[in-house]
Amino acid sequence: MNFDFSDDQKLLKESVKKMLSDKCDLGRVRKVLDGDQPFAKDVWDALVEMGVTGTAIPEEYGGLGLGALELCVVAEELGRSAAPVPFSSSVYLATEALLVAGTEEQKQAWLPKLASGEVIGTFAMAEGFTAASPRTVEVAFNGGKLNGTKVAVPDGDIADIAVVLANTGGSGDKALSLVVVDLKASGVTIEPVKTIDPTRSHANITFKDAPAELMGTEGEGWANTGTVFDSAAVLMAFEQIGGAEAAMWMARDYALERYAFGRLIGSYQAIKHKIADMYVKLELARSNCYFGAMMLNDKGAELPEAAAAARISATEAYRYAAQENIQVHGGIGYTWEADTQFYFRRSKLLALALGSALEWKDKLVARLETRNAA
Amino acid sequence: MDFNDTKEEAEYRAKVRAWLDQNAERKKSSKDALPSLGLEEALERARKWQATKAEGGFACITWPKEYGGQGGSSIHNVIYSQEESKYLVPSGFYAIGLGMCVPTVLAWGTEEHKERYVAPAIHGDEIWCQLFSEPAGGSDVAGLRTKAEKDGDEWVINGQKVWTSGAHYCDYGIVVVRTDPNVPKHKGLTMFIIDMKSEGVEVRPIKQMSGESEFNEVFFTNVRVPDSNRLGNPGDGWKVALTTLMNERLAVGGGGGADWEELMSLGRESELEQMAAMSNGAVRERVADWYVQTQGLKYTRFRTLTALSKGQTPGPESSISKVVSAAKMQDLGSFAMDLQGQAGIIRDREVSPQGAIFQNQWMGGAGYRIAGGTDEILRNIVAERVLGLPQDIRVDKDKPYNELPK
Ligand SMILES: Cc1cc2nc3c(=O)[nH]c(=O)nc-3n(C[C@H](O)[C@H](O)[C@H](O)COP(=O)(O)OP(=O)(O)OC[C@H]3O[C@@H](n4cnc5c(N)ncnc54)[C@H](O)[C@@H]3O)c2cc1C
Repeated sequence: MNFDFSDDQKLLKESVKKMLSDKCDLGRVRKVLDGDQPFAKDVWDALVEMGVTGTAIPEEYGGLGLGALELCVVAEELGRSAAPVPFSSSVYLATEALLVAGTEEQKQAWLPKLASGEVIGTFAMAEGFTAASPRTVEVAFNGGKLNGTKVAVPDGDIADIAVVLANTGGSGDKALSLVVVDLKASGVTIEPVKTIDPTRSHANITFKDAPAELMGTEGEGWANTGTVFDSAAVLMAFEQIGGAEAAMWMARDYALERYAFGRLIGSYQAIKHKIADMYVKLELARSNCYFGAMMLNDKGAELPEAAAAARISATEAYRYAAQENIQVHGGIGYTWEADTQFYFRRSKLLALALGSALEWKDKLVARLETRNAA
Repeated sequence: MDFNDTKEEAEYRAKVRAWLDQNAERKKSSKDALPSLGLEEALERARKWQATKAEGGFACITWPKEYGGQGGSSIHNVIYSQEESKYLVPSGFYAIGLGMCVPTVLAWGTEEHKERYVAPAIHGDEIWCQLFSEPAGGSDVAGLRTKAEKDGDEWVINGQKVWTSGAHYCDYGIVVVRTDPNVPKHKGLTMFIIDMKSEGVEVRPIKQMSGESEFNEVFFTNVRVPDSNRLGNPGDGWKVALTTLMNERLAVGGGGGADWEELMSLGRESELEQMAAMSNGAVRERVADWYVQTQGLKYTRFRTLTALSKGQTPGPESSISKVVSAAKMQDLGSFAMDLQGQAGIIRDREVSPQGAIFQNQWMGGAGYRIAGGTDEILRNIVAERVLGLPQDIRVDKDKPYNELPK
């Protein structure tokens, strides 16, 4: 039984943690919240310098060729520090989509640049206030041109390229395909949008005859998105437990500092038990995340269920820790000055990023039913 | 990351399997179970199996060799349990004694105690119970009132225990009593080994809400116990009890019973709003939630095992297990009954879906959330020991026991 990260992976985790605690404390996150920079460029540069943007990219495409486990430990630390960087968009989504569906030329064109941080990528899916699916996606790809509007694209105003889920006219699930588009090319209009979490920039992107390239086989876009999202779900779940843990300790530290009615608030069970519940949810999620990491790394048959379990439990752990952290803080927790908001905002942002827990629960049960029928 | 055995673990597993193949019948499916029997016969069946295990060298695997254990590691123990669960073998009766009481004797007993009691326990000849809880205190067990007074080289015990699982068939027990009421409550306790057949011990079964009688009241009237049966010094009873309680928190867990798979199969067979219940969103959401919890607990155990396998001390993560599994047990039972329509109230092994497993665990869950540390006490433990939050205010901490309000 060896259900743990290796010493090398733990070392990597520590070095990312150290870099982030030097360069990306919550004061740095606040600068992005209050300022007009869309992200923390210095933190991003430091991550690039450490080579972590190329962690899971094979060596032949300029990456480090390490497994998914290395990426998981990096993700947890990014979550802990609530880092305002486009890591998930570029690494879990754009890079992963190219690895899953890109043609050889596309991989050669983009992966080395994504690895070196020269290019930032993203993944554009949503079009309106509803879950994206073959029934709702209308952005159309036809004759090498892309038309329509994608909304709330993560890091849409930062990214250089986007993988876009587009309608190519097939029927049912075959209606959709993945295409890659250079966001600096003509026919692309980018407008930042107001979201619940200004520390992670989002934009609406309108394509008007924007040149784009089909990735992989036409009609496979929905299936490929599923594959990309399974691996992204595991990585994002690590980010979520990193954040959940940080929020839990913030609540605990405050409970050991604040007096009410002549006692530390941490001596009241309503508060103690709340924080104990944060821990219970966190550890359940962490265990599910570990199994997700293992399945992702081994390309195991149980990845779809494992990814969903990691995603669902990590979403719940972060939701609870972030929202109850504010409650533990009382009035001060609801102010602009307080740091509680960073986890609160981020927890909901990440909860919706790959589709909500409602979608994932339904997907999970469908997978269990399929396995059961087999 | 992998779930593989080390070479040594794999060899041990192979040895366990070979032995189980020769001595027990392999389950045909995970649902296979031994026929249920009356108490006497079930006890006999369990005794035989315990003796077989002891002879084969697979009973009390982690206990020291000199007292009849195997001197094995925790991971050996886990490997054995994993393999044993694939066979049709009796369970129960021994969990409290071998999981909690005799380990306390091993930790605190004299050489004579260990020589006398350990081997018969391993062989299944003597069964033990835990006599801690009283009407005056379960969570606050140190508030107990049963007293022992010294008389020559004997102690005379008077008082009452309650909720004592298995007292009606046990041979021995460990009993914690008050030997000094003039000091604060934790300081005046002492632990004894007690022969349940002693004169003045009276066991009265308690009928549980579920209808079964698994626990008892135990009355002590001038019960004489030799001083040589004492575990630890007079006044050290609380420290000794903590050893037992630590083992209890390790032993309680898992839970068993119906889980998401059973709920899914019920959901396929029952209807809601004129469709299979499994196509209902609320049902799907619950199945997903419980699947995620069950998996989370399973992989939490694997994290603990990993530490054991590497010879490290496990982290505190296993402390979440009972809080999660007890609530799941009760809630899942209740929800499954909701899926059975108005007939969901029927609790009859013969007719209720899946042998009334859901009705039974809805009932049983109510007890499981209390036994071995209530939900609230377990949350206190996580908050205080894992997260370093302050202890509850204890108004009785420094006052002599006999000055406390009762
Ligand atoms: C099925 C079953 C088997 C059992 N077997 C045994 C056995 O073999 N041997 C044995 O010695 N005992 C046994 N017990 C007893 C068990 O350990 C106690 O019932 C349990 O510890 C609770 O104690 P109590 O019943 O006195 O409840 P109380 O301690 O009176 O608790 C009542 C309520 O108050 C809450 N409460 C108490 N203290 C606090 C606190 N500090 N903070 C917040 N809430 C608190 C509890 O959580 C509970 O909700 C068994 C119980 C059950 C249900």
